[in-house]
Amino acid sequence: MSFPIMTCIVFLPLAGGLLILFTPKKNVGLIKTIATAATGAALILSVVLLFNFDYAKSSIQFEECLRWIPSINISYHLGVDGISIGLVFLTTLLSFLACIGSYDIDIRQKEYFFLYLLLSTGMLGTFVALDLVLFYVLWEIVLVPMYFLIGIWGGPRKEYAAIKFFIYTLAGSIFMLLGILAFYFTSTPHTFSILELGQTTGALSLSMQIIIFIAFYLGFAVKVPVFPFHTWLPDAHVEAPTPISVLLAGVLLKMGGYGFLRISFPLLKDAAHYFALPFAILGVVNIVYGAIVAMAQTDFKKMVAYSSVSHMGFVMIGLASMSVTGVNGALLQMFNHGIITGGMFFLVGVLYVRAHTRDLNKFGGLGVKMPVYAGLLIVFSLASLGLPGLSGFISEFMSLLGSYAEFQLTTIISVLGIVITAGYFLYMLQRVLLGPLNEKLAGFSDMSKREIFVLLPLMIIVILIGVYPLAALKYQMATIEAFIQKIGGGVF
Amino acid sequence: MVNLAHLIPVFPFLAFVINILIGRRVRRYSALISILGSTISLCLSIYTLVWFLKGSGSYTLFKWLILGGISLNIGVIIDPLTCMMLVVVSTIGTLIQIYSIGYMKDDVRFSRFFAYMSLFMSSMLGLLLADNFITLYIFWEGVGLCSYLLISFWFEKLSAARAGMKAFITTRIGDTGLLVGIFILIFSAHTVYFSDLANLSAASPLLTAAALLLFCGAAGKSAQFPLHVWLPDAMEGPTPVSALIHAATMVAAGVYLVARCFVLFSAQAPALIWVAYIGGITAIFAASIATVNNDIKRILAYSTISQLGFMMIGLGVGGYSAGTFHLMTHAFFKALLFLCAGSVIHSIHTQDIRDMGGVFRKMKITGLAFVIASLAISGIPPFSGFWSKDEILSEILRKGHPFLFAIAMVTSLLTAFYMFRLIFLVLFGKPRTEIHPHESPKVMTVPLGILSVFAIFVGFVGSPFMNHAFQKFIYLGQSHESESMKPDYLVMALSTLLASLGIGIAYLLYVMNKSILPQRIRRHFTLLYTIVYNKYYIDEIYDFLFIKPSIRLSRLASRFDLGVIDGAVNGVAWIFVILSRISSWIDRNIVDGTVNMIAKIVGLFSLILRRTQTGYIQTYLLIAFFGLAVIIFIKLIGG
Repeated sequence: MSFPIMTCIVFLPLAGGLLILFTPKKNVGLIKTIATAATGAALILSVVLLFNFDYAKSSIQFEECLRWIPSINISYHLGVDGISIGLVFLTTLLSFLACIGSYDIDIRQKEYFFLYLLLSTGMLGTFVALDLVLFYVLWEIVLVPMYFLIGIWGGPRKEYAAIKFFIYTLAGSIFMLLGILAFYFTSTPHTFSILELGQTTGALSLSMQIIIFIAFYLGFAVKVPVFPFHTWLPDAHVEAPTPISVLLAGVLLKMGGYGFLRISFPLLKDAAHYFALPFAILGVVNIVYGAIVAMAQTDFKKMVAYSSVSHMGFVMIGLASMSVTGVNGALLQMFNHGIITGGMFFLVGVLYVRAHTRDLNKFGGLGVKMPVYAGLLIVFSLASLGLPGLSGFISEFMSLLGSYAEFQLTTIISVLGIVITAGYFLYMLQRVLLGPLNEKLAGFSDMSKREIFVLLPLMIIVILIGVYPLAALKYQMATIEAFIQKIGGGVF
Repeated sequence: MVNLAHLIPVFPFLAFVINILIGRRVRRYSALISILGSTISLCLSIYTLVWFLKGSGSYTLFKWLILGGISLNIGVIIDPLTCMMLVVVSTIGTLIQIYSIGYMKDDVRFSRFFAYMSLFMSSMLGLLLADNFITLYIFWEGVGLCSYLLISFWFEKLSAARAGMKAFITTRIGDTGLLVGIFILIFSAHTVYFSDLANLSAASPLLTAAALLLFCGAAGKSAQFPLHVWLPDAMEGPTPVSALIHAATMVAAGVYLVARCFVLFSAQAPALIWVAYIGGITAIFAASIATVNNDIKRILAYSTISQLGFMMIGLGVGGYSAGTFHLMTHAFFKALLFLCAGSVIHSIHTQDIRDMGGVFRKMKITGLAFVIASLAISGIPPFSGFWSKDEILSEILRKGHPFLFAIAMVTSLLTAFYMFRLIFLVLFGKPRTEIHPHESPKVMTVPLGILSVFAIFVGFVGSPFMNHAFQKFIYLGQSHESESMKPDYLVMALSTLLASLGIGIAYLLYVMNKSILPQRIRRHFTLLYTIVYNKYYIDEIYDFLFIKPSIRLSRLASRFDLGVIDGAVNGVAWIFVILSRISSWIDRNIVDGTVNMIAKIVGLFSLILRRTQTGYIQTYLLIAFFGLAVIIFIKLIGG
């Protein structure tokens, strides 16, 4: 067996976390170093993965498969393909950057970084697990550290937000567990392997597929989040510390979209076709409703949180189109949203550290005092509102284009969302950066080197994909093409 | 010769990158970096023009994106329209940047200004070179971004910040139309390339819709009614920005887009006629506002809107070369007008023409250039505007649109009137307030001089004197029959007469009678005056119809989200809490109560029975004796 690179990527953070448990609590410097090294090593390995990934192939690569519980056919099965490789890279990158962003944490660092690294392992594992039980276990593992990270290091209403997040997602995933069991008992021979199920589930009756689809939908829709299951998101975001918000928006939301791509759509294609239109309509509701609600927010973080709801709608409409362009756009949108919104949350944090408030009406004129911050905030806001030349545009454009092929009217309505998005982002920029300088903010310093270091890689990726989208698309195109052929979708 | 056209936008972009990164360190040299960038672009543009005249054309660079079946290659389009526009934009852009050295001299964000200007040049030149809709759209939004950044350049002023936002959002409303139009073209025609538009000659409702949607984008960018509201506010930006972006180049991009897709529009007659009428409405509507406005820059802004409408009429009636000809001449004289206005503002620090007067005596060069540009825009022969305006007028008449012709004629009259109202109030007469005009430095006046030369002579390339060289160069396709090359002397005479009349009225009202007569006219038409002076209340109407309701809607949605949806979530949680309390009560009182009750009953019995267990032998014996007695008694009775 060759070098188990997948296992290393997934469990390196956890190994670092275990090491931290044996480190003295007082030695905060060492704890931070270990955490940074562990996430950094995972990032380097994922870059190695990117370079060795054969993007002409549509099948699973770097596969690792061991028997785990043979009596009921559960295996330890990992691997990546075009659908997951981008998300793995995204997760390792954001884990590393948010780890550096976590240096500001000033209480109980030992517990924080241990839980942080456990979270990182859970998220990575979810994206590479190819066995449903393993997938489920890792999916649930994510909840636990997240609960504590919000509940201990969060803001004033942290307990409420943490419990709401935990129970809401747990309630969703209970149904997912039922779906997994349904898969197991309807397959012959009984199996939890996603790849094997892919061969056999096509024979399931439509009604059975619909039932299982709904079960998984409840699990994934809470995570995305799809309207009306989205209200945990603003609360969790507002209360979570900055680095955790970054991971929440950057990675956790992608788990839902990934679930649709990995499980719901390929394994239940008849049900997927059956639900395509409602799926698209919910996507449009996400886009437009999320944008409208975002416009009314005065809390900076809450505004970005609702913008996530809106942006994830593009993933939904892209998926619902079941066309090559649309699904490519949806997957790229997940990656781009992770980078852009991750960056946005960092930027909110930069301001929060200085002002101890996120009330947009209390800023103003910061463009004079913080030119570097202003530049970065403008770039990320423009990327978020889908300005061509930056990454967000490409994926939104592709999602809309693919969606237009199937659902003209809903697509045209969702184009409205683009105008509203421009409105609330520019309004935010005006309230934060422009206008006369608010005297209370006169003492603010511009961004520190560490803060710039965290944001620079994200900005480079935003520009790179915006200017040359094939740099990212090439990894996923072959897989998506095979995916569409399998589920029977359109060319566009 | 080698293909160099694709490098045209690269040099200004490099200037942008350098200036944004180290601009504050190199300070004043940032201007030179930007000017160098656009000068190279100018040279390359001329090179491309020559290269094109020698018979070369468009070419492809590399694969950029794959959309369904279409593999999208980035390439550049080299045709007469692009070549003309490249030279015009890079010439004017270079001159305005030179002028800006003087105008922006003392600004704290001097290098930032030049960085944005270079980014704009890069995007604008890229827009012109785009050979497909998607690349065009990218640069289209790019120039929009630069416009936003430069309008709100003095962002400490809240009005400037708001104006930038208004510009971005208003144009974006048009751009969503453009985007959907592109979608329709992709699906109905399976192409994104301009070169394939010629194949879509059949009229179809879907393609008509596509053309109209493209026109939405064009109307947003070119500030056509009803999306014109952003351009007057855009005057909050520095004046060189107004000259370059909001007069000469970016706002012309909408006209350029219609010209670029002209084959599509001309195959869809209903769409084309919309272009003409929207242009007509805009032209006369904006010109009427310009006649009563008092802000020197806003008058010019309304003038720009009006002139862009004029170009749209030209294109809309099928006058491709007439519309593009006016696009070119207008770029020069309108840039000149703005730079002159900037020179005046720079000198006396006010924008209200009621406060000016007699500036000419102290600012001879600026004043002369101002008059030249005004003569050009008014359409007085032989200045450039005359030739191009005349082309449009005679095209309208030749294509048989008497109503549009009347509108265009009235607009011409109004144009001459408001321009010379401006000239007379600013340059001549006596100063009406304490102002101390002085001529601007050479770095500003030299560009004025050069642009004046263009404003006078550039029209000749499309005049009968040069055998309509411009029209022959720019014209699409082989046949020249659809557009007349014969000068229409009647139209020429009529338009000159009207322009002179407009100047005459302005002279009568503002020189002969000082301010008495206009006041009296105003009193006679109070209602009309108030409506026009308030720009037909369009801003207020939009505020009432769109802005306020959408803010209300968003607040309502936010409350709905918090109250209803999140309320439902919390409600479910609350129901579970209540249920758990109930079951806890049941558990404590009923389930556990039963258990306890059984225990209590047992306890009660034991309490009673315990009394029998006294531990005294005598008691036990006594009980045993009694028991025995009872048994015997029963035996005896039952016996």
